[in-house]
Amino acid sequence: MTDAAATLSRGTSLRWALNDVLTLARRNLMALVRIPTSLVFAIIQPVMFVLLFRYVFAGSINVGGGEYVNFLIPGILVQTTIFGAIGTAIGLAEDLQRGLIERFKALPMARMAVLGGRTLADTARNIIVLATITLVGFAVGFRPHGGVVAYLQASLLMLTFAYCLSWGFAFVGLAAPNSETAQAMTFPLIFPLTFASNIFVRTNMMPPWLKAFANNQPVSQTAEAVRGLMLGTPHGNATWLSLIWAVGALALLAPLAVSRFRKAA
Amino acid sequence: MSDFAVEAIDIVRTFDKGSFRALDGVTLRVPVGQVFGLLGPNGSGKTTMIRILSTVLAPSEGRALVAGFDVVREPERVRRSIGLAGQFAAVDENLTGFENLRMIGRLNHMEKNEVVARSHELLERFSLREATNRLAKTYSGGMRRRLDLAAALVANPPILFLDEPTTGLDPQSRQDLWAIIEGLVEEGTTVLLTTQYLEEADRLAKQLVVLDHGKIIAEGTPEQLKGQLGNTVLVLTFETTSDAQRGFELTESLSSTPANLDGTVLEVTVDNGPSAAADALRRIDAAKLTLTGLQLREPSLDDVFLSLTGHRTEAVGAPAPRHRGRKGVAT
Repeated sequence: MTDAAATLSRGTSLRWALNDVLTLARRNLMALVRIPTSLVFAIIQPVMFVLLFRYVFAGSINVGGGEYVNFLIPGILVQTTIFGAIGTAIGLAEDLQRGLIERFKALPMARMAVLGGRTLADTARNIIVLATITLVGFAVGFRPHGGVVAYLQASLLMLTFAYCLSWGFAFVGLAAPNSETAQAMTFPLIFPLTFASNIFVRTNMMPPWLKAFANNQPVSQTAEAVRGLMLGTPHGNATWLSLIWAVGALALLAPLAVSRFRKAA
Repeated sequence: MSDFAVEAIDIVRTFDKGSFRALDGVTLRVPVGQVFGLLGPNGSGKTTMIRILSTVLAPSEGRALVAGFDVVREPERVRRSIGLAGQFAAVDENLTGFENLRMIGRLNHMEKNEVVARSHELLERFSLREATNRLAKTYSGGMRRRLDLAAALVANPPILFLDEPTTGLDPQSRQDLWAIIEGLVEEGTTVLLTTQYLEEADRLAKQLVVLDHGKIIAEGTPEQLKGQLGNTVLVLTFETTSDAQRGFELTESLSSTPANLDGTVLEVTVDNGPSAAADALRRIDAAKLTLTGLQLREPSLDDVFLSLTGHRTEAVGAPAPRHRGRKGVAT
């Protein structure tokens, strides 16, 4: 009995693996179009944050020199891309709950395509959200002076950071018994990372212990780098630190998610 | 290749670090081109078996060949030979019927044109043509099941695993699905299906095994199993429990299997329903006991279990290990 699979070249199987990732990424993106509330929620929430901090809190927040809106928007962008990882967890938990992961596992497709397709789709959604919030930012007075290239670099940096972090949330989604629990589990992880940070305020008024955490945690490093790049201000080695955190997180979290995926269903 | 589409030998699967044995030495040989039934209540190990044979789960012990390929060493080849329709219609609710099938076809690495043609063919065949471009979330329970089955068939696999394909369906949808499965077998597909319904196994399966707590407790053709059991269940309802107890003693000689007495209701499994009923009535009348109900019915899985194991199926509230609390069960 001859078997086509046995003679598949390495190039062919790589092509099919790519096909599988793209097929599932496309499927996940279709859900965004089909459940408009999910995209609306992803956009409305950060817009509310922009308006809240730009108009309600801005007067009470002192960030030293410069307009608060210029300090705020890069921070909101970082927060928003990281919040996107909640979607990664919920999406995988739903697929597991509905028996889709089981179905995928019985198909002759690349094993990593389920996670690869999910994280890729979530990055694509992040790009849409990022572009939208940038426009909203301009509308409320955001004026970055770092130049277009630096702006794109900053965007790439936060997308990379969010992508690496999303593997940890993929693990959460696969470990949770259902999508509601998955969502609840993401909250205590995301909250301290985004709020005990320099995203909305400078850290110098925080109590010393919190300040030590807020200054050195990865989200602050990323926000520092993104802000510096967008505004054209000095930001030390924050870009490199953020990238090191990202790669480290990926190296640690991706194997965890993959191992959980093998056991799931 | 052997004559068996599936050959599983001494399969053991444990969970929770070996403390729970979902499958405890199960051997199955499924001949090519027929329907083979795995009958058993919730928690008996049916789904675990299907998951092992479809490479979703690895066995703890034992060896299984599907289409001649080892499920542990050659999972890729097994996956190319099978279609799986799990217990809960696993379709993407946010895709249309057509998009669901196209996705599965692409993940089976079929060419684009082939996938499109095959998807439309299946939608037509399973009476889903009208719903081709509707989102699956708008489908009824029966439509979802048919779409789920179509998804398992996109790549034209020679072997099909169906895990409780009709659970939760209304009688008409169940009949429709049975007809579809019979059609597939006529075309040469081998089907391994699990079910909780004796009626379903009887209608579809040529051979059966009965599972209980991870072990095979009976096997054979549906006729053999029913012959072992008797063909009819005589249900007698008495006015009082003492009358029922007396009735139990009077009818003991009518059946080779133990009768079941539950309060005022007595169930006796008999070979010849009408004559046994007449006989029972004569004895009851002679003893001047008062009957409030009389019924003859087909034996159920529960009756099979009672006769084989002496206990009921415990289907209600039995733990279904490793089943996640899933919502959206087709109704």
